[in-house]
Amino acid sequence: MLRFVLRRLALMVPVLVGLSILLFAWVRALPGDPARSLLGEKATPEGIARVRELYGFDEPLLTQYFLYVKALLSGDFGDSIKTGQPVVESFFDRFPATLELGITALMIAVVVGVPLGYLAARHQGSPIDTAVVSTSLLGVVTPVFFLAILLKLVFADWLGWLPTTGRQDARINATHITDFYVLDGILTREWDAAWDAVLHLVLPALALATIPLAIIVRITRASVAEVVNEDYVRTAESKGLSSAVISRRHILRNALLPVVTTIGLQAGLLFSGAVLTETVFAFNGVGQYLFDAIGSRDYPVLQGYILFIAIIYALINLAVDVSYGVIDPRVRVS
Amino acid sequence: MTIPLPPSHGPVGGHTEAPVPGALEEDTRGLSLWRGAWQRLRRNPTAIAGALIVLAFVVIAIIAPLLTPYEPASTQWSGQVTPTDVPGPSEEHRLGLDRFGSDLYTQMLYGARQSLVYGVVSTIIGLTVGAFLGLLAGGLGGKVDTIIMRVVDIMLSIPSLLLAVSIAAVLGQNAYSVMIAIGVAQVPIFARLLRGSMLSQNKSDYVLAADALGIRKRKIIMGHVFPNSVGPTIVQATLNLATAIIEVAALSFLGLGDGDPAVAEWGRMLVAAQDRFDAAPQLALLPGTAIAITALGFTLLGEAMREALDPRTRR
Repeated sequence: MLRFVLRRLALMVPVLVGLSILLFAWVRALPGDPARSLLGEKATPEGIARVRELYGFDEPLLTQYFLYVKALLSGDFGDSIKTGQPVVESFFDRFPATLELGITALMIAVVVGVPLGYLAARHQGSPIDTAVVSTSLLGVVTPVFFLAILLKLVFADWLGWLPTTGRQDARINATHITDFYVLDGILTREWDAAWDAVLHLVLPALALATIPLAIIVRITRASVAEVVNEDYVRTAESKGLSSAVISRRHILRNALLPVVTTIGLQAGLLFSGAVLTETVFAFNGVGQYLFDAIGSRDYPVLQGYILFIAIIYALINLAVDVSYGVIDPRVRVS
Repeated sequence: MTIPLPPSHGPVGGHTEAPVPGALEEDTRGLSLWRGAWQRLRRNPTAIAGALIVLAFVVIAIIAPLLTPYEPASTQWSGQVTPTDVPGPSEEHRLGLDRFGSDLYTQMLYGARQSLVYGVVSTIIGLTVGAFLGLLAGGLGGKVDTIIMRVVDIMLSIPSLLLAVSIAAVLGQNAYSVMIAIGVAQVPIFARLLRGSMLSQNKSDYVLAADALGIRKRKIIMGHVFPNSVGPTIVQATLNLATAIIEVAALSFLGLGDGDPAVAEWGRMLVAAQDRFDAAPQLALLPGTAIAITALGFTLLGEAMREALDPRTRR
């Protein structure tokens, strides 16, 4: 297993190198002087000269690329044009928020999606099946930000049940240890702070969960529907095994592989969903950070962010591949 | 250790839906793949529903100027709009005005036109480039395949919306930029899909037979393998039209859409409506619903096509 993980990690290298070349070319493809686009509108001649030197824009392209990679390897992803803060720093400041939101959304999607898909597949053609399939179809075709706006409008603005924006009420003077607000509240036993953070999570997490939820439902349904017709399920039934055992050990376990792939893929896609959702709810995570960066054409931030996402995305895919071995012994052996 | 391919990035994933029992009443054995598929499609209520939505959308997009006496860019009624009051439906304006004082009905109609053009053009870009790359990779194999697939891997290493965002950020805010960005973001899906289905055809008996007969490789690929592999790609293109229309709106939402204020676009209408919710929720509800219904049409049609082309549903 370790060898497999290492090999997969090694396979990530060419992709990341390729991506770094693309991102390197990307900044240089921007119209006009790259130093000027990196500095934005506030560019002074001195600033431009400094950036030109910093990134070596006067050097040959190959040297420039090596300078860029050298900076990346030493953890320097550049500074934001707008705030002057290092991109890495602002990214990790906001990452816990997005992770908290993303994990919540994914949990909703899996916990609701897998049983629903299973239920639909076991009752194919029934009204339950029809209802589940059509609702999931609606979930797939509704734009995330439209749904986010609707949820906010109905549950926050009109009904007033839930807070409209942010991660926590500013009046709560909560202690933050991990920057996962719910976890912080639990760790410090500030229950009102934890509860408030949960309330702030509900709407953005629901909006973010919709598409993964819909897709997980559909894949689970398709996968279970295929497995229930297998010979070994019939054998298990004729052996007189209880239906609970058949469901768990024979159907679910065999149907799970495509579902796990989908969950992994959707986990990666949450980062593009987060850009839209966090923006609607002013949820101060990396998604909103990216949105602001797009608005102000903060290219170093965009460049750094994309590279971060690619790394995380690749790690998630690796985790998915590793989990195959756990779920399916056949994969382990070969 | 085998690593299963992750499903495609289409709106519904790449897995084949389970056949719906009772959907196929007629025996379509003996017909060619495409004719059989057409027969099955015509009898599938899902396909008909999807096709009707798509048809309505296309017709509205084309004849938009005939359906309204106004111009989409005209803001001549801006005097009637205040921050707290956006006039609703009246005799002159079927759906009322938008927050800038344009006729909402006209904006909605022209928005369909915009979505159609953006969706179709970007999907054609993605399909053409992607299918070409997939054909090269699947047909030639070897080094060409390796290089193309590595590039595809790099493009797939970030979510497609972020890929579109980074392209649109370079190209600037105009219609071409939106179409190219969304189109290029679709390239890897098509390339991977076509290559995959071509590779699976490569091992089939008819390819072996053609090869044994001494038919030139190029002729086998273009005459046999490609036509037999192109089905899933066409299905994916239909599904991608839905994704493309949603992503165009998302780009607008992120401030990377077409910057021309004279152009009515559902995504931008939705964004503009955000701060007028209390006064006029219809400004957001209408374009948002329109995007969802259009995407639904293409998704239903695409899924029905996939089902119809799936050999497992042929009895």
